[in-house]
Amino acid sequence: MWSWVAHRVTGVLIFFFLLVHILDTALVRVSPEAYNAVIGTYQTPIMGLGEAGLVAAIVFHAFNGVRVILVDFWAKGPKYQKAMLWIVVGLFVVTMAGFLPRHLMNVFGGGH
Amino acid sequence: MAQAQTPSAIAAPRSPYARRKTTRGNFELYSWVFMRASGVVLLVLVFGHLFVNLMVGEGVHAIDFAFVGGKWSSPFWQVWDLLMLWLAMFHGTNGVRTVVNDYAQRDSTRGVLKSLLYLASAIVVILGTLVIFTFNPCPPGAPAELLPSICFPN
Ligand code: HEM
Ligand code: HEM
Repeated sequence: MWSWVAHRVTGVLIFFFLLVHILDTALVRVSPEAYNAVIGTYQTPIMGLGEAGLVAAIVFHAFNGVRVILVDFWAKGPKYQKAMLWIVVGLFVVTMAGFLPRHLMNVFGGGH
Repeated sequence: MAQAQTPSAIAAPRSPYARRKTTRGNFELYSWVFMRASGVVLLVLVFGHLFVNLMVGEGVHAIDFAFVGGKWSSPFWQVWDLLMLWLAMFHGTNGVRTVVNDYAQRDSTRGVLKSLLYLASAIVVILGTLVIFTFNPCPPGAPAELLPSICFPN
């Protein structure tokens, strides 16, 4: 049940991010200066945390999405749905453990 | 005993199962299948996108006009981004449509929200597609230090 709520919330969140994201990418058609100015704001620590949140949202949505697909199409899916939820949580933790240190080092470790 | 009168709307007992013809098309079925098929493809496209843009090299810090120019000079990334754009937007729009259907109870509210949703999605898909195809990595007159290296052959 809570996994369904989380799937829904993350899905809607990613959708609204994507609307903004395509608009900011469209600035490459305006001028290199305009694009760089806006992208520069993505490279601040606060946005860095936002990006971490976004990645967390999409990683959960993606893995749980695969779980939903398996429940629907795999004959044994419904039987193992609970176990698969723990696999989703496990994969989520492993993926974020691989991603977060590197991303946070890029964001807070000076870089430029 | 007299034969019981069966109301016509109820099938006679033990009559073979006959699937009722749907009268509204199979749109919801196709949309259900599409959510699953596009989800699997998006998994690869979005994870690849995030890996290349956030994990390789300096991550977010490496992103600027020259970075995008370098990527979109290659048909590989153009096709990748185009597919990702279309699939993610249709998957997301269709998903949000379901959410609106679930929570917006008044017909008029639902109609307005879905019109706004479709309008916003259409604008963004068209804009994003045009951006990929009309992008010029070396716009004339731009400062050279902002441009990707492919603008300066040897
Ligand atoms: C913080 C994370 C993200 C960063 C830093 C980022 C960065 C970028 C950059 C630099 C581009 C320009 C072209 C390219 O590099 O291929 C781009 C384009 C694009 N991104 Fe992302 N992205 C992020 C997350 C996402 C997510 C989660 C999605 C999908 C839901 C997404 C979908 C797209 C699409 C569809 C385009 C093409 C836009 C167009 O056609 O104009 N991005 N992104
Ligand atoms: C990364 C790979 C992805 C996978 C594997 C995936 C998988 C799925 C699946 C299987 C569903 C159907 C759930 C159901 O019918 O109960 C779904 C719903 C949804 N997805 Fe995705 N998805 C992915 C990416 C995205 C992206 C990029 C967006 C946003 C642009 C998004 C937004 C949504 C929304 C809003 C829903 C509707 C949620 C609901 O009705 O409760 N998804 N996803």
